[in-house]
Amino acid sequence: MLRGLRKLTWLEIKIFLREPLGAFGSILFPVLVFVVAGRFVGGLRGPGSLAAAGFLRVGLPVFVSVLIALSAVLSLVTVISIYREGGILKRLRATPLRPQTILAAHVLVKLALTALTMALMVLAGKRYFPAHTHVPIFGFTVALLIATWSILSIGFLIASIVPTARFAQPIGAAILYPMIGLCGLFVPVQSLPPALQAVARVVPLTYAVSLLDGIWKGEAWSAHLGDVAALVAVFAVCTALSAKVFRWE
Amino acid sequence: MGTFRPVIHVSRIRKSYGATVAVSEVSFDVGEGEVFGLIGPNGAGKTTTMECVEGVRRPDAGRISILGLDPFRDVVQVQNRIGVQLQQAQLQKRIKVWEAVDLWASLYPKPLDGNRLLEQLGLADKRNAWFMTLSGGQKQRLFIALALINDPEVVFLDELTTGLDPQSRRAIWDLVRGIRDRGKTVFLTTHLMEEAERLCDRVAIIEHGEIVDIGSPEELVRRHCPTRTVILATENALAEERLGAIPRVENVIRQGSQFTIQGRGEDFVTEVIQCLSENRIRVADFRTVLPNLEDVFLKLTGHSIRD
Repeated sequence: MLRGLRKLTWLEIKIFLREPLGAFGSILFPVLVFVVAGRFVGGLRGPGSLAAAGFLRVGLPVFVSVLIALSAVLSLVTVISIYREGGILKRLRATPLRPQTILAAHVLVKLALTALTMALMVLAGKRYFPAHTHVPIFGFTVALLIATWSILSIGFLIASIVPTARFAQPIGAAILYPMIGLCGLFVPVQSLPPALQAVARVVPLTYAVSLLDGIWKGEAWSAHLGDVAALVAVFAVCTALSAKVFRWE
Repeated sequence: MGTFRPVIHVSRIRKSYGATVAVSEVSFDVGEGEVFGLIGPNGAGKTTTMECVEGVRRPDAGRISILGLDPFRDVVQVQNRIGVQLQQAQLQKRIKVWEAVDLWASLYPKPLDGNRLLEQLGLADKRNAWFMTLSGGQKQRLFIALALINDPEVVFLDELTTGLDPQSRRAIWDLVRGIRDRGKTVFLTTHLMEEAERLCDRVAIIEHGEIVDIGSPEELVRRHCPTRTVILATENALAEERLGAIPRVENVIRQGSQFTIQGRGEDFVTEVIQCLSENRIRVADFRTVLPNLEDVFLKLTGHSIRD
């Protein structure tokens, strides 16, 4: 059914890695942020600085993971709009490739890159965590992939409405980045004013952060079924909406 | 060409974009093994019509059958048997030529050998080049390769040579003739009358979304522009009178020693030559100006195709 999916996905990965800054921007950059910030905070860490330690242990990994997910989404928005503007989507569509195959390939590419970045981050971050610290890397990676997959559907929705490739990046950033401020990453949702709390509850990123944060801390999946459900709902709604408004040319 | 067996049948299709009617009541047939051209200015509805036949775009009304199939209901079967080159399409900037051919080949049940195809199209030494580094002509040749990879029975070429320099254009024309010689049916659109005259067995002239006339280029010229023009130069004093006496002459214009003579019919030029010969009129110059599709278009639509 998904004829050509594997070939197209592999091809798109190769093409992506050929972009100048492509690999650097979306794979190495988050890792670099992680390492630099880790060093900086680590250097400040005195014996009693619990806040710094906490940030290093939990806040930073989650923050960088969210960055990874958002950069994947932004890159998806850009790629889709460039492909549409250049007639590439239309050309691919005039082959036996099914539309869902073409789009699925792009989602797979972004998920693969997210997983790869995640792996590099774990390697780079090993030194900041004492050997006995238990971090559920596997579970966290699954959580990150679920979160990314869900936010990617927002990316598709944005890609459906941006008029030209030139606007893709700024519009995508304008929609996605404000979410970071409200998602509980810097300020816990509970301590926001009530009005903003209400907004935070409809920001999909809130659930992504809650899930990532919880899984990283070693909480059980069963405690975060609500987050997963919310992310799945976001995916379902955004996918259904994009299916209605997505333009191939 | 033998008997006319239609492989494409289009009957009264209509397509609007909002309030704009792109195509209305368009009907035509394309016969097996012929090169059929849809010609008209930009925005006339050529691409919309072609994309409806390809199954890329759904018409609002009307019937289309291709190879006896419905392009929408039988989309998979149709796609396997047709090859498509879209107007202004691009590929991924950094896809390599061989990768594109390889991907396309993997999508069809019985693909041709991609390497041989690239060789035949003169792209063998560009196998590893990125799409973005190809010249306009090379890109079009790659698109032809992709349109041919599944060994299709019908090939669609939309504005194939637009934007190419004359030399690349001629090279592409040779390729299209090669496709026809392999027994395939070619359906193309162009706004270049020269291209239509050189490539097409039959053309349909389309304007404002409607077909104005259909026929072979020669037929259309005979039908709409039967007037032939002969331009000659002579000092003979009797020339004007004698030339004016030719049976089907319509007009003789004299400018000094140069005469422009217009008349109708297949034999008109011969009659002028006979007249010169019988009257022993010595000429210093003799030219015929034959009408072409460009003139047919001007006659039918009241404006040049480039306006």
